[in-house]
Amino acid sequence: MSTVAVPREAPHQPGVHAAPTSFIRKYVFSLDHKVIGKQYLFYALFMLVIGGLLATLVRYQLAWPGRPLPFMGKIAPDGMPGGVMLPEYYNSLFTMHATIMIFFAIMPILIGAFGNFVVPIQIGARDMAFPKLNMMSFWVAVPAAVVIIWSFFVTGGAAAGGWTSYAPLSAIQPRGQTLWLISLLILGLSSLLTAVNFLTTIINMRAPGMSFFRLPLTTWALFITALLLLLALPVLSAALIMLLFDRTLGTTFFLPAGLIVSGQPWTNAGGGQVLLWQHLFWFFGHPEVYIMILPAMGITSEILPVFARKPIFGYRAMAYSMCGIAGLGFIVWGHHMFQSGMNPILGTTFMISTMVIAVPSAIKTFNWLGTLWGGDIHFTTPMLNALTFVAMFVIGGLSGVFMASTPVDIFIHDTYFIVGHIHYVLFGGSLFGAFAGLYFWYPKMFGRLMNERWGKIHWFLTFVTFNLVFFPMHFLGMRGMPRRIYDYTQYKHLHGLQGMNQMMTISLFVLGASQLILVLNFFLSMRRGAVAGPNPWHANTLEWQTASPPPHENFTGRIPTVYRGPYEYSVPGHGADFLPQNEPGGPVPARAHA
Amino acid sequence: MRLPRAARVLRAALLFSAAALAPAAAFAWPEWMRLPEQASTYAPEIDNMFHLIMWITGVIFVIVELLLVFFLWKYRHREGRVATYTHGNNRLEVIWTIVPALICVMLALLSRRIWEQIKEKMPHDAVEVHVTGEQFAWNFRYPGPDGKFDTADDILTLNQLHFPVGKPVIVTLTSKDVIHSFFLPEFRVKQDAVPGMHTRIWFQGNKVGSWEIACAELCGLGHFRMKGFVTVDTPADYEKWLADQAAQQAAEQPKAAEAQPAAPAAPAAAPGTEKEKGGSS
Repeated sequence: MSTVAVPREAPHQPGVHAAPTSFIRKYVFSLDHKVIGKQYLFYALFMLVIGGLLATLVRYQLAWPGRPLPFMGKIAPDGMPGGVMLPEYYNSLFTMHATIMIFFAIMPILIGAFGNFVVPIQIGARDMAFPKLNMMSFWVAVPAAVVIIWSFFVTGGAAAGGWTSYAPLSAIQPRGQTLWLISLLILGLSSLLTAVNFLTTIINMRAPGMSFFRLPLTTWALFITALLLLLALPVLSAALIMLLFDRTLGTTFFLPAGLIVSGQPWTNAGGGQVLLWQHLFWFFGHPEVYIMILPAMGITSEILPVFARKPIFGYRAMAYSMCGIAGLGFIVWGHHMFQSGMNPILGTTFMISTMVIAVPSAIKTFNWLGTLWGGDIHFTTPMLNALTFVAMFVIGGLSGVFMASTPVDIFIHDTYFIVGHIHYVLFGGSLFGAFAGLYFWYPKMFGRLMNERWGKIHWFLTFVTFNLVFFPMHFLGMRGMPRRIYDYTQYKHLHGLQGMNQMMTISLFVLGASQLILVLNFFLSMRRGAVAGPNPWHANTLEWQTASPPPHENFTGRIPTVYRGPYEYSVPGHGADFLPQNEPGGPVPARAHA
Repeated sequence: MRLPRAARVLRAALLFSAAALAPAAAFAWPEWMRLPEQASTYAPEIDNMFHLIMWITGVIFVIVELLLVFFLWKYRHREGRVATYTHGNNRLEVIWTIVPALICVMLALLSRRIWEQIKEKMPHDAVEVHVTGEQFAWNFRYPGPDGKFDTADDILTLNQLHFPVGKPVIVTLTSKDVIHSFFLPEFRVKQDAVPGMHTRIWFQGNKVGSWEIACAELCGLGHFRMKGFVTVDTPADYEKWLADQAAQQAAEQPKAAEAQPAAPAAPAAAPGTEKEKGGSS
């Protein structure tokens, strides 16, 4: 029924602006969503490197607690005097690793880079709805990164209260914590502007015939992501402001009466509620998890049909399950607080909603399998990374069931089991999704293909070492090793875990070194890669129906008209095994299921 | 040099599956994947739930990954292969929505029963201990001979928790400064100690022995060394230990009273606890 074209009049195109000529307007303060997308890409990849280096230091300490690293004694004399890591520096490292990876790497690469670059072209728009706002989003995110990196160099070092910054610890930390709060407030503004822009663009600027159920699933995913950002981020911002006030203006939102810190009564304390921070933080924090995984799910759903040469299995189920995740994502936050002292009866409520949210993720996984079933599968680099997303997301999803169960969570909460889970979702999931998207859209962004052979080597090394680093974390958690711990060898029950930790750390070194292949491939292919042409993957969606890279305003001449859904591959009776969304005529399928 | 395309695809699929299943092979090593010793009465129940979930998710994991690898192999590109044209199957969608939902609800109901017993119901006739976390130590307070807390005969210890075997213990947790988490791995006990709140939990030792208490919530630079010791005694040993503590405290009390007449209950053994008297809320 939805396959019948519904022609609409040419949509309003408020984003259109003249092509810039000066260097500054073209590459620096650009209004073009494609340039802004690339800016976000470089930004995110740069921060990914920093976040990864921080993780390497964390893992070094876990493998060889207290062993000096002389060169670090020169780089960070306060945190690692003589190269020996201090506990507070260790706390800073994992705090900043998580903060940078979550807010400055994964979100910008998935939403800022791929969202910005791909969404307007996929829906057949000439630009985002608000190009100036879009430019502002990026240029607001830059000072946020400057502030967060600067915080390493202030007295007392960078924030060291964990990326969750639980009060009251975060209220009594040194100055770096204030910069952490300011940085995230600035970045929150940037994300909020992006969310508004995406929603407006996707709702109002779709090409004629591009109904909601003809949207590519990447766009669907970013639509839901933008919705989550819009609704969840203000709550985080409110909490950040309250904590900032507690730290600087003497308010006591999170500080109860009678706090005694280092033997001295804390001066501004009284009337506050410690758990309030956790409720506010996780009300944002759980949707945030989906903000980071939904775009990667969308990218995977985009790539699997292209390289299986087959329509996505259960398009509507894919879209509805994302809506389900978005709705349920707002009523599960308490599962982070089962052992916090929150009423245990409330814990049961959150356990049930958490168990239920596993269902939409299961639906998506089965539909990905259904897409591969009966396909004509081509193992290209984007496909290998997207398949890895599916394989690894299954592990991250299933390990979540353990901590959803309230009694099991008593034991594994705040252990390495959780760290293993989050990395299977965020690295095995989001980051492999980002790699898939990078290999997939690179030819569209830069006009040339990345080297397939080196891409496969990079994928293989990353895939193997990723599992060697992160799978054993589940075992560490099962042995009762707490997370965020500077020296676990202090504990009797953790003796004997050092060998495993060393294996994980060495694997991480290989994992990190393997990323150099990606960096080289990325930069060298810009000049040396094979010329891509408009549609190197023989894909259907609109971004592949224009030049690579697309011209200013994306499409030469008229905006394309859309006649069908995005995944019409191997249509019987059609010569080629793909049928672009904007190609008129073509065989009309007897009936589209689902 | 170049292998035929099918062979290359097969090789990729095999490598993929080998690497995907390598972690699963780890399930064969019992040593690192064994949960710690069970020292409390409800530890076996929590572990059974853990293992039930491990079996269910393990079976799902193996089925899904095997299907994935099988499809990749069976439907790999070959010359002349044409993909099946289908948009899905509503009956399958319904099945794979309902089956996971039923499994999850079942797990939730089973978990709910254990959770209720551990966290919602408090036993009667229990040994009571008040625990106050601070950066970076655990303070324990026993009611002393009069059976009442916050009186002069309270017994205070630092980082030493004792209780008798075979009798439930109710611990009331709070903190002076930041959040700590009272983690007894072998007892499967974990509960945050939150400033401004008093949280009650219970557990019961099922064997005599001594283990360690860890702090499981990041609490500052000394978090990693916020370690305590838990000893489960026979009832007779426990009474003797209490009496020893009381005698030791009584011996030190006159000295403490001379030094600080305003705080006669202050024990030398637990510096910093005296201000806490009466709770912090």
